[in-house]
Amino acid sequence: MSETVVVEKVSVRFGSTLALDDVSLTVSPGSYTVLLGPSGSGKTTLLSVLGGFQEPTSGRVLIGGEDCTHVPPARRPTTTVFQDYALFPHMTVGNNVAFGLLMRGMAAAPRREKAREMLAVVGLAEAFDRKPHQLSGGQRQRVALARALVVEPKVLLLDEPLGALDLKLRRQMQDELKAIQKRVGTAFVHVTHDQEEAMALADHLVVMNKGRIEDEGTPEKVYTRPATRFAATFMGESTIIGNRAIRPEHISLVAGEGNLGRARIVDVTYQGSFKRVAAQGKETLFLVRLPADVAIAIGDEVGLACDAARMIELPS
Amino acid sequence: MTGLPKNSTGWFCVTPALLFTLLFFVLPFLGMAVLSLFPKGGEGFGFENYAQFFGNPSYWRALVNSLEVTAIVTAVSILLAYPFAWILANVVPERWQRLALMLAVLPFWTSYVVRSYSWLLVLAENGVINQMLMGSGMLSAPVQLANSRAATVIGFVHFFVMLLTLTIYANLKQLPPNYRKAAADLGAGPVSAFIHIILPLTLPGIMVGAFLTFVLAIGDYITPQILGGNNELLLPQLIMMQIGRRGDFSSASALSVILMAVVTIAYLASARWLKIERT
Amino acid sequence: MMARIVSAVYAALIYGFIFLPVAVLVLFSFQGTLFPIPPFNGPSLRWYGAVLSDQRLTDGLVNSLLVAFITSALATIMGFLSAWALARFWLPASAMIRGIITLPLTVSYLIIGMGLLVMFNLAGLPRSLFAAGIGHIVINLPLCFAIIYSQMGAHQANIERAARDLGAGELRVLTLVTAPMLWPALFASFFLAFTFSWDEFIISFLLTRFDTTLPVEIWNMLRAGLNPKTNAAGSLVFGVSIVLAIVFEIVAFRKRVA
Repeated sequence: MSETVVVEKVSVRFGSTLALDDVSLTVSPGSYTVLLGPSGSGKTTLLSVLGGFQEPTSGRVLIGGEDCTHVPPARRPTTTVFQDYALFPHMTVGNNVAFGLLMRGMAAAPRREKAREMLAVVGLAEAFDRKPHQLSGGQRQRVALARALVVEPKVLLLDEPLGALDLKLRRQMQDELKAIQKRVGTAFVHVTHDQEEAMALADHLVVMNKGRIEDEGTPEKVYTRPATRFAATFMGESTIIGNRAIRPEHISLVAGEGNLGRARIVDVTYQGSFKRVAAQGKETLFLVRLPADVAIAIGDEVGLACDAARMIELPS
Repeated sequence: MTGLPKNSTGWFCVTPALLFTLLFFVLPFLGMAVLSLFPKGGEGFGFENYAQFFGNPSYWRALVNSLEVTAIVTAVSILLAYPFAWILANVVPERWQRLALMLAVLPFWTSYVVRSYSWLLVLAENGVINQMLMGSGMLSAPVQLANSRAATVIGFVHFFVMLLTLTIYANLKQLPPNYRKAAADLGAGPVSAFIHIILPLTLPGIMVGAFLTFVLAIGDYITPQILGGNNELLLPQLIMMQIGRRGDFSSASALSVILMAVVTIAYLASARWLKIERT
Repeated sequence: MMARIVSAVYAALIYGFIFLPVAVLVLFSFQGTLFPIPPFNGPSLRWYGAVLSDQRLTDGLVNSLLVAFITSALATIMGFLSAWALARFWLPASAMIRGIITLPLTVSYLIIGMGLLVMFNLAGLPRSLFAAGIGHIVINLPLCFAIIYSQMGAHQANIERAARDLGAGELRVLTLVTAPMLWPALFASFFLAFTFSWDEFIISFLLTRFDTTLPVEIWNMLRAGLNPKTNAAGSLVFGVSIVLAIVFEIVAFRKRVA
């Protein structure tokens, strides 16, 4: 079974800081991998290593079975969608998309044809003769995507591609991104710090922190069975008790004591479809998600309970 | 993505400019510095040129004149240009500002020599001002306006008012309008808003303009030569005199080194305002 | 209201001060008699005729245009290449190299001209337009470098990175992406260098001998004292510069809109 990308024990050192610390990762053909982490977690550095913009201090990168560790970006079977899109401002949209084909020596006519096809795939066929600055943010994003996809890379790398868009457009583009990925079947590696975006997109979710991979797997696995304390708190909210974590939606109100003890409500936030409640127990501050119609107020004394099977054991 | 690529392309591209500057700027300057230590008609190596400069009051006086004129020009130009730039930026309606600014710097486009000459037309003994004043009976005999320090200063101020208006205007326009609103909101009147907010924020621009004025004015030969005449010499005139009348390249070199040193001191004094940054 | 009146009066005074000499220059270039002083008894084109039939002045004009064009082109190219190298590649002592290249910005033209005069003298090279041209590159190269370097930010670096990522080698990055992308900066630096060279006097004065540039020829005319012919020559130079400025405005403005 040949994996699209294999990263073997890669470290990157900038002076005295270790940006990547002995990271290993596998990307399967046609998969959508999301690297999730806070800023400084090493996710962007890992993407740069895959794209060839950053040489690792140690370790190897195999792409399509070939050792690409020291291959420059131009000769790698990867392309990148940059956060600022990096569209060529002096070229039309069509020439932007066709640029990679021009570099590969393709003749003008088929080049235009392929560029047109790819623009149609991203839903921008009509923008062929326009200049990048005449497009909206979401449209530029799609041009960048088309430009990177048209050269048929083995892996497409996306560096916070939705970061510059407003929230509503971001949610809409993230659905489209997933649809386009299914349509073209290329493996995508996508960097983000937005966990909602990560969960919506990923087949394979990789949670990073301080230059290391904290956890990986399907979003469901990472959410329900996080491997580390960091993964449990960064991917969704949790209340941590000792070395166990409980998700807010798994705590319920009970009359009397309950298996989590009694607590006093200290904060209630109405969120539309639910209420987010903070309750101070004897030692722990519980985060609880309650149905929106539950009548509750700050200062109420309640009992809290949780199905023991829902408790997540964390490695100590 | 922090590391820049190391390869020969960089060297290949930087070499022409670097070599050119070394060969035609650094080397000539060093040559001048060396030549200044071998006085004309002297016995080889010696400091006579510098001794002469600091010993001979008529030489020394040229530097003092230059510094005085430059200081007056810089101060007067800023005092005239700041309110003008302020009016252009804040009183003139937005859509006329570009035109107003272009008009204000239009005479920039006359050649430097021509600009000084045209002031001569205005200030000369039979020039426009004297003729007008005599025609209206305010004067019975023409007054000496040209060939004086005042004429030199006027010629310089004319040029630098335009230059400083440009730099100060650009600076004023860069200030977010909310600063002034915030100051007013917090109870500052227009005067204290200006003193506490606007002036400190435009000070870097003023410093850049002042430095430019200083460097360009102190090294200029044309304006003092055409408008000031030879009644009092400024340093550049003295330098030109060394090679013109006396063919003394060594002494001219020494004086150039001194001029360069004065500019360098000014540069070091204002260096922190003058950084070239990438955007 | 009071403030507006004060503002208007002040602005009018400054405009008057700025335009007074130019207005006098142009007005008396149309003088009919021998002296450019009141009373005005024109308009007459006789002095323009005199300028255009003066071989020395027309030669100076051609020389000025040639020197300005060639030296600005060379300064822009060298400035562009060095700015790109310093912004995009790791070079040892790059801060020092940057310092050396921008150094002439802070030095008086007089000193630059003197230095070259002394060096050419020592090397036994005669004074010529070529020598003056070298001086013009010395003053314009740091200017071109600084203008272009200031436009090579992180966003532009990312755009070049995207080109490399799509398979472009360094030469193609430079010619297909960097240069066209920075076209406004390249144009601005060429144009500015051109006007500086066109207007430059002292270096040409020191370094040329027989064949010389227009500002030096005009300087030579000043020996004749106040003379409407000098007015006419100066007005023509002014006119050419204004046309250049308007062309620049239009091209630069179109660039911003496009």
